[in-house]
Amino acid sequence: MNWLFHLGRYWMFIKEMLSRPEKLSIYWKQLLRELDNFGYGSLGIVALTSVFMGAVITIQTVYNLVNPLVPMSAVGIVARDSIILEFSPTMMSLVLAGKIGSSIASEIGTMRVTEQIDAIEIMGINSASYLSLPKVVAAILIFPFVVIISMFLGIFGGWIAGTLAGVISSADYINGIQDSFVPFNIVFALIKTVTFAFLITSVAAYHGYHTEGGALEVGQSSTNAVVYSSILILVFDYILTQLILT
Amino acid sequence: MIELRNISKSFSGRMILSGVSTCFEKGHINLVIGGSGSGKTVLMKCMVGLVEIDDGELLYDKKMFSGLSRAERKPFRQEIGMVFQGGALFDSLTVEQNVMFPLNMFTDLSIQDKRERVNFCLKRVNLEKVNQLSPSELSGGMKKRVAIARAIAPNPSYLFCDEPNSGLDPKTSIVIDNLIKEITEEFNITTIVNTHDMNSVLEIGDKIIFLHQGKKWWEGTVNDILQTDNQELNDFIFASKLAKGVKQKYGKN
Ligand SMILES: Nc1ncnc2c1ncn2[C@@H]1O[C@H](COP(=O)(O)OP(=O)(O)OP(=O)(O)O)[C@@H](O)[C@H]1O
Ligand SMILES: [Mg+2]
Repeated sequence: MNWLFHLGRYWMFIKEMLSRPEKLSIYWKQLLRELDNFGYGSLGIVALTSVFMGAVITIQTVYNLVNPLVPMSAVGIVARDSIILEFSPTMMSLVLAGKIGSSIASEIGTMRVTEQIDAIEIMGINSASYLSLPKVVAAILIFPFVVIISMFLGIFGGWIAGTLAGVISSADYINGIQDSFVPFNIVFALIKTVTFAFLITSVAAYHGYHTEGGALEVGQSSTNAVVYSSILILVFDYILTQLILT
Repeated sequence: MIELRNISKSFSGRMILSGVSTCFEKGHINLVIGGSGSGKTVLMKCMVGLVEIDDGELLYDKKMFSGLSRAERKPFRQEIGMVFQGGALFDSLTVEQNVMFPLNMFTDLSIQDKRERVNFCLKRVNLEKVNQLSPSELSGGMKKRVAIARAIAPNPSYLFCDEPNSGLDPKTSIVIDNLIKEITEEFNITTIVNTHDMNSVLEIGDKIIFLHQGKKWWEGTVNDILQTDNQELNDFIFASKLAKGVKQKYGKN
């Protein structure tokens, strides 16, 4: 019943984290730092993965489209919808879980094993909240922008790859991505993104916060943070899709 | 004044402290000595509430401290300064920001006033021109001294130092000892120092308690230590030739 233990302790951690901060001004600086860190800091990897992801989706869709009765512009529709609904929010979150989740867990874990968290506690600061809340809030605020950028770049990557490979004409692709667009899909994608942002940062902070031991355990916490937040992303992806899209 | 009544603590069934009672006076330096692993750090963490005690009572100036919730302990927090054994400096902050941290938390001073206070505290621990360095750029002894500066910055009424001069050269070690003594007397602080530095014991110890096998094995003053015939304490303190010489010269037998 190990997972029940973690679930309970995670719940307590979240409650602790959300309890009223003692001095808002000290949170503000942290928040700005994390916004910069998570947003600007992850643009590179997000841009790169998004373009390739869009390219692969487009080429595969063309490859799978064997029926001559379906117009080529359908490729644009399929690529756009799968990028917006699934690939940008979910895959980018998985990428960010690896990048940001592991760094949060090792940062907080190191602070735990070097007694920096004790030093914060001794001053009467709620360390769970002080260390995690700015990260969680920053991720919730900035991930949607990152994911929207990823959507644009993914669709752009599809266009480049499709036309470069000569499997679809520029006009077909552009017609496709404008065809029967459902704005709610964006809303749904952002709901998922915000949920994932919360999961990645809070799970990582939880694992870091409860590190016990030394450098070796910090590494383990960091691995656990990535593993568990990735699993949770996929589980919640399914739950939210089931709840909202059916 | 900090009073301990029958403090006990065990970790997963292993008894670390059992029935420790004593009283640490204000304006004095109270030393806790004992071998490595004897529970000095655990005792100190119990006293400041980082580790919850299993049994017993803790009083700060007659006010009950043990058993309180985090919120109820808040008023004590401003009054407590602690130097951790490993320094526990915040890696992501500069030296200046480290020392300023408790000031940001507890005071509404202007940035100039805070800077002044930071410089004052750094100067007292013999550190200058390091304000903008990060902890990773400091030597072990410098880290210790920054940690001391951070602990004294908000003018605490209770100062806890876990081996403040381990890893320092003898000269700096004396500077730190004297600093702790000065501020303790100047501001009438209740100071508790964990140490196994013989020099500190003889130089600044007003009251000394000796932990052994999880118990308070012995308690007394520096003079008492020179006279004691407690076997374990003698074995611990006067282990080296030099210390034996001191004992032969000033103590009995
Ligand atoms: N969180 C913990 N969980 C389990 N055991 C612990 C914990 N903290 C300390 N101990 C145990 O308590 C004992 C006393 O440790 P403590 O750190 O207080 O020793 P110390 O007197 O400070 O030693 P040193 O002089 O080496 O710093 C050790 O045996 C240690 O293994
Ligand atoms: Mg210790």
